Amino acid sequence: MKTIDSKIVKHVAHLARLELDDKELKEYSGQLASILSYISKLNEIDTANVVPTSHALTTLKNVFRKDVPRKSLGPDEALANAPSKEDDFFRVPQILEGK
Amino acid sequence: MENLYSLTAHKLKELMTKGETTPAAVAEQLFSRIEKCDGKIKAVVFNGKDNALKNAVASSGKNGRLAGVPVLLKDNICVKGEPTTCASKILAGFRPPYDATVTRKLKDAGAVLIGKANMDEFAFGSSCETSCYGPTKNPWDTARIPGGSSGGSAAAVASDETILALGSDTGGSIRQPAALCGVVGLKPTYGRVSRYGLIAFASSLDQIGPITKDTEDAALLLSVIAGYDEMDSTSVDLPVPDYSKALTKNVKGLRIGVPKEYFIEGLDKEVEASVRSAVALLKSLGAEVKEISLPHTEYAVSTYYIVATAEASSNLARFDGVQYGLRADNAKDMIDMYIKTRSQGFGNEAKRRILLGTYCLSTGYYDAYYLKAQKVRTKIREDFDKAFRACDCIITPTSPTPAFKIGEKTNDPLSMYLSDIYTIPANLAGLPAISIPCGFSKEGLPIGMQILAKAFDEETIFRAAYTFEQSTEFYRKRPKI
Amino acid sequence: MKYETVIGLEVHLQLATNTKAFCGCSTKFGQRANSQVCPVCLGFPGSLPVLNEEAFRFAIKVALALNCRIQSLIKFDRKNYYYPDLPKNFQISQYDMPLSYDGFIDINANGGTKRIRIKRVHMEEDAGKLMHPEGEDCSLVDYNRGGMPLLEIVTEPDINSPQEAYDYLTKLKSILEYLRVSDCDMEKGSLRCDANISLRPKGEKKLGTKVELKNMNSFKGVRSGLEYEEKRQESVLEDGGKLVQETRLWNADKAVTASMRTKEEAEDYRYFPEPDLVPFVVDKNEIEEIRKALPELPEARGARFKKEFALSDYDADVLTSQIDLADYYEACVKLYPNAKVVANWLMGDISAALNDKNIKVTELGLSPEGLAGLLKMIDSGAISGKMAKDILAESIETKAIPEDIVKKKGLTQISDAGAIEEIVKKVVEREVKTVNDYKGGKKTALGFLVGQVMKESKGKANPGKVNEILKKVLGD
Repeated sequence: MKTIDSKIVKHVAHLARLELDDKELKEYSGQLASILSYISKLNEIDTANVVPTSHALTTLKNVFRKDVPRKSLGPDEALANAPSKEDDFFRVPQILEGK
Repeated sequence: MENLYSLTAHKLKELMTKGETTPAAVAEQLFSRIEKCDGKIKAVVFNGKDNALKNAVASSGKNGRLAGVPVLLKDNICVKGEPTTCASKILAGFRPPYDATVTRKLKDAGAVLIGKANMDEFAFGSSCETSCYGPTKNPWDTARIPGGSSGGSAAAVASDETILALGSDTGGSIRQPAALCGVVGLKPTYGRVSRYGLIAFASSLDQIGPITKDTEDAALLLSVIAGYDEMDSTSVDLPVPDYSKALTKNVKGLRIGVPKEYFIEGLDKEVEASVRSAVALLKSLGAEVKEISLPHTEYAVSTYYIVATAEASSNLARFDGVQYGLRADNAKDMIDMYIKTRSQGFGNEAKRRILLGTYCLSTGYYDAYYLKAQKVRTKIREDFDKAFRACDCIITPTSPTPAFKIGEKTNDPLSMYLSDIYTIPANLAGLPAISIPCGFSKEGLPIGMQILAKAFDEETIFRAAYTFEQSTEFYRKRPKI
Repeated sequence: MKYETVIGLEVHLQLATNTKAFCGCSTKFGQRANSQVCPVCLGFPGSLPVLNEEAFRFAIKVALALNCRIQSLIKFDRKNYYYPDLPKNFQISQYDMPLSYDGFIDINANGGTKRIRIKRVHMEEDAGKLMHPEGEDCSLVDYNRGGMPLLEIVTEPDINSPQEAYDYLTKLKSILEYLRVSDCDMEKGSLRCDANISLRPKGEKKLGTKVELKNMNSFKGVRSGLEYEEKRQESVLEDGGKLVQETRLWNADKAVTASMRTKEEAEDYRYFPEPDLVPFVVDKNEIEEIRKALPELPEARGARFKKEFALSDYDADVLTSQIDLADYYEACVKLYPNAKVVANWLMGDISAALNDKNIKVTELGLSPEGLAGLLKMIDSGAISGKMAKDILAESIETKAIPEDIVKKKGLTQISDAGAIEEIVKKVVEREVKTVNDYKGGKKTALGFLVGQVMKESKGKANPGKVNEILKKVLGD
């Protein structure tokens, strides 16, 4: 079975803030490899001078809103779903790494 | 008299206008129906009975276009103060502080929101098996999947657990379950319906659309939810036609294209036969039928799985335990909290797609995957542009096979992905497409056919669909539960 | 020094729109935590961004004022990274097609001008604010700032000294204030600056190892931080050491830079086009219209001041460096046409008072009308120059109009010859010795007598007249 380097899968998982155990790592590496190999079919097409599509409707442009205030949520509503809060703030664990 | 729950919205409206029934009576019947059936089908994940009954009573005698009509929403559409979880553990307990634009429009039209429908987690799937609440069953055969990701919405309509439903369609998530459950499902043109309040899977592909018992209801529901929304930059500022006017039983001179690339290996013989005879019927009713070519069809699935997962990997980054939803316990610091929350909160398919999407966007792979896919997407769009110079609509199968067995494809993600092969191109090109019932397999499973048209030409779709539907009896058939 | 310093600056500017970049929440500063938030700027699932038209217009104005070219197709991208001040865990920013590029600012350097090229000016959204409560193992997040419209203004590495960096920032701020697109307040964080600095042997083409310098909260801080870093890097190189590419934080209290904990891996932001926003196109005519509508900028205004008001280069530069000061100046000159006198007062006592109080001229209690009135009173002889200085100080302190101060305190100068002569005679009679000294040829004694007369008049006598009358009485 085709596979991709588990180091790459681990790296990608970390970028996505996911943690995989060894079994998952093996399983996902295999599945991703087969999907990527299927996807590599795209290389059959010459796209040298093709403009990429990032929106389904290519004609839509310059959509703005006016600089007029709308009602905000109050802190109570904003924090209503918070798993952890303190006064008017969202509370999160300490941040160890520098940014 | 028939049971109220088995009626269409347009029929119920007629009865209500005549005073022959009331919204409360409809709602009462519907909730008993849900109580009776949903233990087997598992289409409804949040039952909003108490509120719904109150709203039904209040909507009595009101004038809204959907006054008193029950609607079930897919669980990725926000309803203020009500659970909205995308069938994911990571959104456990989440109650949005706002209504999706479609939710607001439904409320304004007097619709009675009855609850939330099951779905594949974050709409990642074609079988409704990736839901954290467990799979929904196909009402025609409960050993089979209802399709996905809007499987709950389609199964609920098919089993008369709701009158109308909304689904969302990123690569076929409305049309494929509609086909497999024997109901009508429409993915509108990208930009036709506001996505504000639809929890995004892939922003450039997602559209909300109706799942209904017949074409007339689909036209009615689309008329209510369509239109420009200043909260969605990608919604289009075009007037919304009265789609019911497009429901004419007349296809004379309608040019139907049948793409040869869709009738290939892997297409179930019975499905092929049903779709071909449907096309023949339309021809006999006066349509012109021609074979067309959409040469990049075979690249659509690959393109889709890059674009959709890349966007999804970014859209789903926000589920991190900071502001709402699940937060894992015992995290030693911030990064640990992110990782534990996301690893515990997302199911396997969500993780798989997040990994794939992250990979396709990461340094060194972006050009080979993401950019390449965006370029092929252009080619696929151009195929349709060219095809629609020669025809007014395109007819294809919706799904290569009727409903498959629960568990059949769960360990083979690629074969699962390939079940969306016929529905994906419309999303990539932003085009409207409907699935309507066009037959049954020998085993008694529904078969759907897909009709696509030019952007913002839902009217042609309705015309073709309505003509076919009204000339056949497939859409009337309901499963025994 | 045998090394050449190479500096590039990255400025983040908060645009002073009413609402945030992509939602209708207010941008007001200093409000209750999480009170100016909505599903969009909180990144709640299902929410979508819609671009603020005014923010976009401000951005184009800045780009044009900085001589940039406007991108023919402007798109937004997502910059993906996880941090709790970033509610969606991606920032809407611009990557490969920024709003504008290839601009410049000219600064004064070594007696001439030096061109600092601007690489790009792009739009993005601000992050929320994190607080780290003392003694607790948690952080608190306030998203009021999240989603505010920001411009990132990035220079090429054209800056060769900390002083040039300071001058660039001063000039940039001056231009930005003229455009009235931001309050440019570093203390409030509406203008923030990071720097890249590296050293290379003189004559070397290749750039040295660069250090990213952060956490400076004033232009002086930027200059000091760069000066420190310049010396530090030089001494490392002199000792034969190697510099590491890192981020260092400026500690203003200790006046040192310190290495920030570095991440193990390089960032991979996975930029891709923001699918929730459509592209933006500004056609050439629109660009020209905006360009034409730009206000007169500091350089042009300085040139005009030199011509119109016959000011020196220096005076014109100082007076036009801040739009408020320049406006104040012009308003005064309209009311009191001696341009040089107004310039002297503004750049002298008034500037001193502004610096002393750390306020802007718009916050000064004295209006241009007030200042003009004060200067007219001097000319008419109603008050002396010395009195005017005291009145100015009081006016700044109490916000009272100079004329009113004069009236209220009865400060009007005594210019009446008879009244002055009476005082003079009184002093001459009293100070017999000094008068005799004067008459004996000690001309300097006159000064003492003038002083005595002024004292006797409680400072109100017109000094010119006193001189004149004193000489007359003494028989000169």
